[in-house]
Amino acid sequence: MSQIFKPSTNTLARVTLFGALFFALVSVWILVSLNRSAYATRQTIVRMQPVPFSHDHHTEAMGISCLYCHTSAEDSAFAGVPPTATCMNCHKLIWNDSPMLEPVRASFRSGEPIQWARVHDLPDFVYFNHSIHIAKGVGCVTCHGRVDKMPLMKQAVSLQMEWCLECHRAPQDFVRPRSEIYNMEWEAEDQAALGAKLVEQYDIQSMMSCSVCHR
Amino acid sequence: MKASEGIETSGRKPSRPPVVAPGHSPGSVTDQITAVVLDRAPRWWWVAFGISFALVMLLLRALTKLLFEGTGIWGLNIPVGWGFAIINFVWWIGIGHAGTLISAILLLARQEWRTSINRFAEAMTLFAVACAGIFPLIHVGRPWLAYWLLPYPNTMDLWPQFRSPLVWDVFAVSTYATVSLLFWYVGLIPDMATLRDRAEGKFAKVAYGFLSMGWRGSATHWHNYETAYLLLAGLATPLVVSVHTVVSFDFAVGQLPGWHATIFPPYFVAGAIFAGFAMVITLAIPLRAAFGLKDFITTRHLQNMGKILLATGLIVAYGYLVEIFMAWYSGNWYEQFMILNRIQGPYQKQWMALLLCNVLAPQLLWFRRVRSSPVLLFMVAMFVNVGMWLERFVIVVTSLHRDFLPSSWGMYSGTFWDWATFIGTIGLFLALLFLFIRFLPMISIFEMKTIVPKQVPNTAEEAPE
Repeated sequence: MSQIFKPSTNTLARVTLFGALFFALVSVWILVSLNRSAYATRQTIVRMQPVPFSHDHHTEAMGISCLYCHTSAEDSAFAGVPPTATCMNCHKLIWNDSPMLEPVRASFRSGEPIQWARVHDLPDFVYFNHSIHIAKGVGCVTCHGRVDKMPLMKQAVSLQMEWCLECHRAPQDFVRPRSEIYNMEWEAEDQAALGAKLVEQYDIQSMMSCSVCHR
Repeated sequence: MKASEGIETSGRKPSRPPVVAPGHSPGSVTDQITAVVLDRAPRWWWVAFGISFALVMLLLRALTKLLFEGTGIWGLNIPVGWGFAIINFVWWIGIGHAGTLISAILLLARQEWRTSINRFAEAMTLFAVACAGIFPLIHVGRPWLAYWLLPYPNTMDLWPQFRSPLVWDVFAVSTYATVSLLFWYVGLIPDMATLRDRAEGKFAKVAYGFLSMGWRGSATHWHNYETAYLLLAGLATPLVVSVHTVVSFDFAVGQLPGWHATIFPPYFVAGAIFAGFAMVITLAIPLRAAFGLKDFITTRHLQNMGKILLATGLIVAYGYLVEIFMAWYSGNWYEQFMILNRIQGPYQKQWMALLLCNVLAPQLLWFRRVRSSPVLLFMVAMFVNVGMWLERFVIVVTSLHRDFLPSSWGMYSGTFWDWATFIGTIGLFLALLFLFIRFLPMISIFEMKTIVPKQVPNTAEEAPE
């Protein structure tokens, strides 16, 4: 009876065994990495806006407070995107003939709001409330990063659930005094001591139940 | 010469029929079993496979509709939130159990008669688990996210709820499928080599050669093989008990009258073996007739399987009795209502049919004439197949449809798509089985050869194990 396979098939079979294991492990690794990549989270990717608004310029250079535009940050579930009228408070006087700002003026004339692309957009099954985070001493910079250094707006963090839980598990590692909420440069001297104190003072609980965010 | 002479060394029961009909030699065993695979397929095979394949298409149609429209196409609604999906899952998983019992426990208990039926019983286990596995995946509503059931490092920083029996199910069933597959495949390797050596076509030679993994039948090969096979049998043995115990926890851990009972694990395990042997009988009787394998699957096999069916059937009947007793003994108003509602309520017909199929029909097996008659045995097995499905239907639906508040009572029945999915999985099961008998030896050739020499006169030496 003639042989069906060449002797080299033996080597090939052994290599295949390790190859299969290698292939399986690498596939898992690729999937896990893709899942956390900027491609999936859109972290650090600049979103196209109808007008190239610069947070850097308006806050750092002009010294405008976050709350001037995001008026409901302290009181509402949604921090709020300003209406065109807020822009026009200043821009009817300055840069009022800049072609770059034409969409703003057009919006003001027609009453049609500007379609800003929302950068920090959580899935609809997350019932996120902005105001409670401010009330419990979470600073802007903690979630949004150095917005005052962003000429164009981008996500500073992944916004994945594991990121949310990092703070929900151990709020004492992230909270700050309410007076420093809007201070982009503040850093605690001793977060461990301060965090423990603030958790006590502001009655901050580690909210880990599913239904806190998913109803 | 009496057929039994030469096998029974003890001589206590000279009337016991043989495991293999007399007159066979190792060569004739190989010829007859490989012929099923290597000869041209008979016409009836094409017809039977065609019908099963059409049912597979029905399954795909039903699943496609489900993917596009969601579980609303089924009859599920509050208060009955668990319906055909869990009924069919438990039914199929239960059927698989006979294969594991035959391959593992009967092997370790040195029951030689298992040799003729273990191969296709194991195949049946695999195909039944494949059918069972479909239901948990599709019932989650968004099947493309079914991998969430597995614990893996994810961006949600979440683990599955390890305290839930539904998660235990995932582990139990996947372990079961893996071990069954390995056990079946390892057992096939020497026979694949036989097929490789006997095949005529180039493609068949390469395919069987590939699958036999270079088996040459050397003493080292046999030694490794025996060790691996025994180890796998040891691994599979606890699975006979564990898998259906975990499945029963799906119910028993819930605090619903009719489900929350300690009898559930043993009662489910017995039910699984009961259902499984019924299915083995259902398949074995037509197959031995169609392929002329009555020499290998003899009346002795049918009788033994009939006895197991009767024994496990009695345990199941005891389970039904204990359910009723415990409802009375508990003094719990809701438990008692549930049992009375099961007996007298709107699902009375299903309950009566269940008793007829699972309790009354198997009593016929007390008679040797019934056990040794293929036709009657087949009919009893069919009753049990139906009865075990009804049992799961009654357990699931009667507990759910009338819960604690009469204002939220309701009725449940399957829709066309429920039935299409269920019948579709039967088609899938049969289609896989027909492919199996066509392409792989349905009886273990080399194991049969180890029991044949004892049949031949003047062979005093026992074949080595």
